[in-house]
Amino acid sequence: MSSPGLFIVKAGYLDVLAQKDSVIHRLDPRVKLLTTLLFIVTVVSFDKYHLSALLPFGVFPIVLIVLGGLPAGYILNRVLWIWPFAILIGIFNPLLDRQVLLHLGSLDISGGWVSFISIQVRFFLTVSAAFVLVAATGFNTLCLAFNKLGVPSIFVIQLLFLYRYTFVLADEAGRMVRAWQLRTPLRKAMTVNTFTLVLGSLFLRAVARAERIYQAMCCRCFDGTFHPAYRLKWKMADSLFLIACILFLVFFRFMRPVTWLGEFVTGMFS
Amino acid sequence: MHMADALISPAVGGTFWLISTGLVGYSCRKVKAALSDSKVPLMGVVGAFVFAAQMINFTVPGTGSSGHLGGGLILAILLGPWAGFLVMTSVLTVQALFFADGGLLALGCNIFNLGFWTCFVAYPLVYKKIASLPLKSSFFWAAMLSSVAGLQLGAFSVVLQTVLSGVSELPFVTFVAAMQPIHLAIGIVEGFVTAGVVAFVVRAQPQLLETPGLMAAAKPASTKLVVMTLMIAAVVVGGAVSWFASAYPDGLEWSMSKTSGTEELDAPDHPVYSHLTDLQAQTAFLPDYGFKERPSPQADKNSQRWPAVNAGTTVSGLVGGLLTLTLAFGIGFLLKLAKKHSTASAA
Repeated sequence: MSSPGLFIVKAGYLDVLAQKDSVIHRLDPRVKLLTTLLFIVTVVSFDKYHLSALLPFGVFPIVLIVLGGLPAGYILNRVLWIWPFAILIGIFNPLLDRQVLLHLGSLDISGGWVSFISIQVRFFLTVSAAFVLVAATGFNTLCLAFNKLGVPSIFVIQLLFLYRYTFVLADEAGRMVRAWQLRTPLRKAMTVNTFTLVLGSLFLRAVARAERIYQAMCCRCFDGTFHPAYRLKWKMADSLFLIACILFLVFFRFMRPVTWLGEFVTGMFS
Repeated sequence: MHMADALISPAVGGTFWLISTGLVGYSCRKVKAALSDSKVPLMGVVGAFVFAAQMINFTVPGTGSSGHLGGGLILAILLGPWAGFLVMTSVLTVQALFFADGGLLALGCNIFNLGFWTCFVAYPLVYKKIASLPLKSSFFWAAMLSSVAGLQLGAFSVVLQTVLSGVSELPFVTFVAAMQPIHLAIGIVEGFVTAGVVAFVVRAQPQLLETPGLMAAAKPASTKLVVMTLMIAAVVVGGAVSWFASAYPDGLEWSMSKTSGTEELDAPDHPVYSHLTDLQAQTAFLPDYGFKERPSPQADKNSQRWPAVNAGTTVSGLVGGLLTLTLAFGIGFLLKLAKKHSTASAA
């Protein structure tokens, strides 16, 4: 398969994981979406110099990965893949903020390094939570949740189409790139001129395809409304999960269990 | 130029979520009124086209590096501003969910930076105006200048959102000085590509850009909407900037040192005061945004304001944090064992 096609199929594996069956998969998609958003907001609400208070939040993605039977290695791999981006944006902090914030023995650690590590921890927590959400829910079910939470149908239908045809068109783009590579074997990337021509043709093919799809859908009585394959039902387990998550987030956000634990342990050794 | 969750504060993320949600709702109403539902599949497929196009790299002339298409403006030209904005929002949503390219909380910011400026400002106010001029190359310049304008405005809002969130240490001026020229270059390249693709489509199938269903939605975005959105953004930004000024009162301190001989009035040395500061530090949902403090004679005072500089507390904090993380992995491991055990006994 062509490289753009392969790239997107790799990302689409998240959606394949969503077909599994587990306690987490069976939860209502709305409750998973809400708790993930709450989790991200709680994590980023900490001051940039907070580090130890952020670490316990790792429980959330870890427990979901294990209960959902998701492959931790694959999710970690996906997170690591974009990690350089987080390093790049955080690296200015140690350079600009050199005020010493804490001393570990003879080692002076500046505020910049603390906030740099804090950014990396936030990155790992928020990104893994988002991946876990998709892997435990699936895109179509997530779109159904968007719709139930009040996102207009027109937007949701269009989003579903976009997702479905991304795979098809990425493969089409991959074939065009391969054809170009066979004709210009010594170049690594297209010139702007070639690129615009390839893109123009890809657009025309996409529109032609959309026309055919639309006709086929009309033949099957498409009237612009959204007909999900099943109805969402809010169960007792969903309420319990939501309450448990909120209690967890509130406890670790406003109490200081980490400091208590640390003081207890260091107190034992001193 | 996608913003990540790790870099924004809940206040900034939440505000732009609200603004973007409003814009999506409004665009949906407009598209519904102007476009029959039957064209919705077309919007989706064109969105998939932008996605696929982003995966093809091209050489940026003169640099040897490679770039890819942004897409907001090309969508506005091909589908009209309302549908273009919705499709751009969907592209960003899929990117956030499957590639973590821009976070979920940062999605509102990204929709605003990449969708609002291109579809509702650059397209109606720059592209439409120039493209309608009776010049031979008006079409090319329209695409070029509107690409540049859209990206400049987008890059500037990235800077504002980052600085207002206060997680990154990058000072405003340095960040602007770095972002704007980079995005000027990207904008020029994107302008060439946009002009090229649209010219190609017009030559090959001119009816595509004249389809009444498609272009009915291509009326210039209402000025009222643009002004309203900008006003909301301005109020938010203004509020935060005044707070920025008060957190960074160089001029004020300078004038105080001139008049009173001390740079800062001493904080009242009272237990209630320190207790309240501690409480605030613990519970603040919008924590003190600690803009970069300059190393100055007052540095000692600043570090005393920070509640947990005491090395003892910090070390126990770190020890506690690492322990909880280990516990978290332990919980995961135990759950896995328990699951294995239960499946084994079931079988």
